[in-house]
Amino acid sequence: MYSEKVMDHFTNPRNVGKIENADGVGEVGNAKCGDIMKVYLKIDNDVITDVKFQTFGCGAAIATSSMATELIMGKPVSEALKLTNKAVVEALDGLPPVKLHCSVLAEEAVKTAVADYYNKIGREIDFDLGCGGCCDHCDHH
Amino acid sequence: MERKYVYADNAATTRVLPQVLEVMTPYYLEEYGNASSGFYSFGQRARAALEDARARCAKMLGCDAEELFFTSGGTESDNWAILGAARARKGKKHIVSSSIEHPAVRNTLLKLQKEEGYEITWLDVYENGIVRVEDLEKALREDTALVCVMFANNEIGTIQPIRELVEVAHAKKVPFFCDAVQAVGHVDIDLHELGVDLLSLSGHKLHTPKGIGALYIKKGMWITNLIEGGGQEKRKRSGTENVAGAVGLAVALEFMCGEEGKRERARILALREKLIDGLLEIDHVRLNGDRERRLPGNVNVSCRFIEGEGLIMWLDIMGVAASTGSACSTASLDPSHVLLAIGLPHEIAHGSLRLSLDVDNTEEDVEFILDAVKKTLEKLRAMSPLSI
Repeated sequence: MYSEKVMDHFTNPRNVGKIENADGVGEVGNAKCGDIMKVYLKIDNDVITDVKFQTFGCGAAIATSSMATELIMGKPVSEALKLTNKAVVEALDGLPPVKLHCSVLAEEAVKTAVADYYNKIGREIDFDLGCGGCCDHCDHH
Repeated sequence: MERKYVYADNAATTRVLPQVLEVMTPYYLEEYGNASSGFYSFGQRARAALEDARARCAKMLGCDAEELFFTSGGTESDNWAILGAARARKGKKHIVSSSIEHPAVRNTLLKLQKEEGYEITWLDVYENGIVRVEDLEKALREDTALVCVMFANNEIGTIQPIRELVEVAHAKKVPFFCDAVQAVGHVDIDLHELGVDLLSLSGHKLHTPKGIGALYIKKGMWITNLIEGGGQEKRKRSGTENVAGAVGLAVALEFMCGEEGKRERARILALREKLIDGLLEIDHVRLNGDRERRLPGNVNVSCRFIEGEGLIMWLDIMGVAASTGSACSTASLDPSHVLLAIGLPHEIAHGSLRLSLDVDNTEEDVEFILDAVKKTLEKLRAMSPLSI
């Protein structure tokens, strides 16, 4: 049911863990719905120098978190904000339709972490955070 | 060295017993006549085999051969029993069931509710996953057409007090249907002693191939047909008879309900206890469902801070086939209705793990499973943002 890429990122997830004193932290989803993603960013001069994640969720949730962190590693925050769930899904060679919401969560976890960074440095948040992990919002089917 | 792989999902389906396949094969290759083609010997021999199989199944189940009707499996038997019994009792539009029925029962009842105006009362199963007899007593009404409570639950394995429930239903003259798909062949069942009016069973849960099952209809119990056609099975269930399947079911029942099968149950129960003990030693793991009143091979635990699908996928990589009641294994947001019915919060229900043991499992398998679960939980919990 999952592509080889998804299985690779599920079994060998990249960038798992926490960053102490992170410059931005974003957590989306909730345990009730069965998915929580937490993304930690280390940012230097508006460039993401390190990124880590922790995920409670299914295989697709773990794989999308892992892929999302790979896609934004080393990128300027402005680039990271352009990460779409579609890009994550494409990079994983696709996801089953019922799992698309996991990629939405990955996109939103990154945005929420950047928003936290903006807050910390006193910059105005000029982008949409999406649903912020409210499960009913996204199309689960 | 070949990698070890332990199949611990016998509640989903079982391996066909070699002796079952052996008796079935001639009915595919040589004696493949149509049991309803009675004018030549080729058909008559198929008919004789079918009726012999029926008598042997009935003997193992403690009922008369005329009370047993072969079907395609558990789902058909469940649909037939419920729709047939309800529609045969015109004017009575109330059904009592439990809140943990299999989808084959639950969704059939919901169909009656939605399309034919029935009202369904779902009995609570409390924390231990068992219906209380006094609750059934209170739920019964003048217009109750049927009571349907499963013998043993497919997820948490809990065994219901069917005999006591039947007595209560019969005191109010309400017929009783029992879905015994998970129970037949795994616990003692004597149909006449049990007293149920209808009971469903499925072959592939007790080592036949998929595609054969049966519905027990007590003498004198009237239900309408579900499938119309050529009038097979005494005009009650049309469709060319599955002679090979029926013969296989007879042999499987004779094994599982016979002396050897009973010894196996005791052995499997000991394995189950060992597996439960081992799992409960792991931090933040709890057993779901009553420990005593449960199927000999059923283990169901919830593991905190992790989600079931990831657990099942990792266990597969580690060499264990298991199952979960997590929402992520389905298209819905909610975890299994069974786990919610026993009062588990969503986040705990998402981390459920079902391991179901059967005749092929060994002591080494239990050790192997415990090791795999421990390693998998370590991996997934290290990745999880949740903890105490």
